[in-house]
Amino acid sequence: MMGFFRSKAFRRLKRNKIAMAGTICIILMFLVALLAPQIAPHDPFRTDFFHTLEGPSRDHLLGRDDLGRDVLSRIIYGTRISLNIGFISVAIGLVVGLPVGAISGYYGGKLDLIVQRLVDIMMAFPGMLLAIVIVSVMGVGLVNAMIAVGVVSIPTYIRLVRGSVLSVKNKEYVEAARALGVSDKRIIFRHVVPQCLAPIIVQSSLQVGTAILWAAGLGFLGLGAQAPVPEWGAMLSQGRGYIRTAHHVTTYPGLAIMLAVLGFNLLGDGLRDALDPKMDK
Amino acid sequence: MSVYILRRMLLLVPVLIGVAIIVFGMVRMLPGDPARAMAGLHATPDYVEHVRSQMGLDEPLPVQFGIFIRDLMRGDLGRSTRTRRPVVEEIWPRFINTLQLTAIALALSAVVGIGAGLISATRPYSLYDQVSMVLSLFGVAAPVFWLGLILMLIFSVQLGWLPSSGRGTLWHFILPSVTLAAHSTALIARMTRSSMLEVLKLDYITTARSKGLSENVINFKHALRNALIPIVTILGLRFGLLLGGAVLTETVFSWPGVGRLMVDSILARDYPVVQGSVLLLAVLFVLINLLVDILYAFLDPQIQYE
Repeated sequence: MMGFFRSKAFRRLKRNKIAMAGTICIILMFLVALLAPQIAPHDPFRTDFFHTLEGPSRDHLLGRDDLGRDVLSRIIYGTRISLNIGFISVAIGLVVGLPVGAISGYYGGKLDLIVQRLVDIMMAFPGMLLAIVIVSVMGVGLVNAMIAVGVVSIPTYIRLVRGSVLSVKNKEYVEAARALGVSDKRIIFRHVVPQCLAPIIVQSSLQVGTAILWAAGLGFLGLGAQAPVPEWGAMLSQGRGYIRTAHHVTTYPGLAIMLAVLGFNLLGDGLRDALDPKMDK
Repeated sequence: MSVYILRRMLLLVPVLIGVAIIVFGMVRMLPGDPARAMAGLHATPDYVEHVRSQMGLDEPLPVQFGIFIRDLMRGDLGRSTRTRRPVVEEIWPRFINTLQLTAIALALSAVVGIGAGLISATRPYSLYDQVSMVLSLFGVAAPVFWLGLILMLIFSVQLGWLPSSGRGTLWHFILPSVTLAAHSTALIARMTRSSMLEVLKLDYITTARSKGLSENVINFKHALRNALIPIVTILGLRFGLLLGGAVLTETVFSWPGVGRLMVDSILARDYPVVQGSVLLLAVLFVLINLLVDILYAFLDPQIQYE
C-alpha cells in the first residue's frame, strides 16, 4: 500500500485537480461522519411540534422538517449512514465477486461456463429492479437495502475480475510460478489478482457512489431505511409531501446525496486515468 | 452473421429459464401467505385451504414450477390478490405507460447526449465543452427522484408551466421524461466526447483531413460512425438503468407505470402482480440486450462471428 503513494500513478492522481476535488469531498464526508456529535448543532431526533417545517434561520441553518427536527443535524448524522451503505455494499460485492471471478477466470472450462451463465441471469434483471426484489424478499429496512445493493453489484465484479484474470493468467511469470509447483490458490491470490487490482479499485470507488445513490432510492421508495433513521433518501421521501410549502426538507438531503456521489465518481474517474497503464511511459 | 445472431439467440434460452426460476423462487420466498391474502381477511381456515389447493400451492415445488411455466406459456400470470383481476390485464396498460416513458427518455438522452458530446469533441476545452462536462458530472451524480422533485418545484409549483403529475396531454410527458433522461444524457454525452476524441486522433482522420475534406464531412461521415460503436452498447445498458429509474420517476410524478405498480404490490403483498411485473421487465431487458448485440454486429464489421 505504501508503494502506491510513491508510484507514478499517485503522482498523476495528485496532479489531477478534478480527482483531488473528489478526494477532498470524500475526506470532508469522513470528518463530518466522525465528528457528527461535535458538529451537529442540534439533536437529530428531537422533535418540536410547535415549529414544524420552519424555513432556514440563524438557529436552524437548513430549517426544520415535518416533525420540527433540525434538517442540518439530520443530514450530518446521515453522512454516517451513507458512508456505511457505500462501503458495506462494496465490501459485499468484493468479497463474493472477487474470488468467484478470479477462480472462474483462472480455471476456465465448465466451471467458468456455469458461473458465466449465472452472471448472465443476474444481469438479466435491471439492477435497481433486482435490488427492489431482494429487499422485498428479505424484508424492508436499512441493513437489507445495503445487502441488496451489494448483491446486485456482485455480477459486475465477477465479470471485471474474470476479464482481468484472463488477460494475466497466461503471462510468463504465472507459467513460471506453475512450473515451480506453486499451489493454484497461491498463484491466483498472490500472483494473479494483485496484477488486476487497478480496474477493481476504480470500479469500487465508482460503486461506492452508485451504492449510495441506489440505497437512497430504496429509502425514497419506502423500502430502505425506516423512520426515524436520518437516511438521506428516506428524509427526502418524508419531505416530498411538503414540496409546495417547505421545499428545504427535500432540497438539502438531495444535495447531500449528489455531493457524496459526485465525490466518489470524481475520485473513480481520476483513479481510472491515473492507473491506466497506457500512461506509464 | 446469421450464425452469430442464431447463436446469440440460443444463449437466451438458459437465461430466460434462469430468470423464470429466480422469479418463481423469489415470490415463494416472500413473507406472508398468498393463499390467505387471496382468501381475504375473514376467511375460514377451510376456505383458505380450498384457495390454497385451487392456486396449486399445496403441490410440491417442482410441480408448482411446472404449473407456473405451463400457465406462462398460455400468457396466464394468475390473478391479483388485491383486485382479483388477471395480472396480465393489471400489468399491460401500465407496462405500455412505462414503455412510453422509457422510450422517450432513451431517445431524448441519445439525441441530446450524442449531440452535446459531439459539439464538445469538436471544440475540446472550449467554454461550451467545460460547461457541458461539469453539467454532466452533476447529472450523473444527482439522484433521479430528487431531480424530479426539483424540476417539479421549479416548473410546476413556482412557474406553473407544466403539470406536476399524472398523464393525459403531451405536456405531462415533459417533466418525467426529462427527469428520467438526465442521468443517461449526461453519461452518453461524456462517452460520446471521449469516444470521438479517441477516433479523431486516428490516422485515417488525418488522411481525410489531408485530402482536404471539410471538417463536417470528417466529423459526421468518418469519425462519428466509428465513435458510435461503444455508445450503442451503452445505450442498451442504459435501458436497464432507465427501467430502474422509471420506478423512482413514476413514484415522483404519480405516473401509472409498471414500476410503481410493482412497488405498491410489494407493499400490499400482492405477489402475483410482483411476479408478473418483475418477469415482464426482465424479459424486456433481455430482449433489448439481444437487439443491441445484433445492432452492434451490424455497426462493427470487426466483430468475428465464429
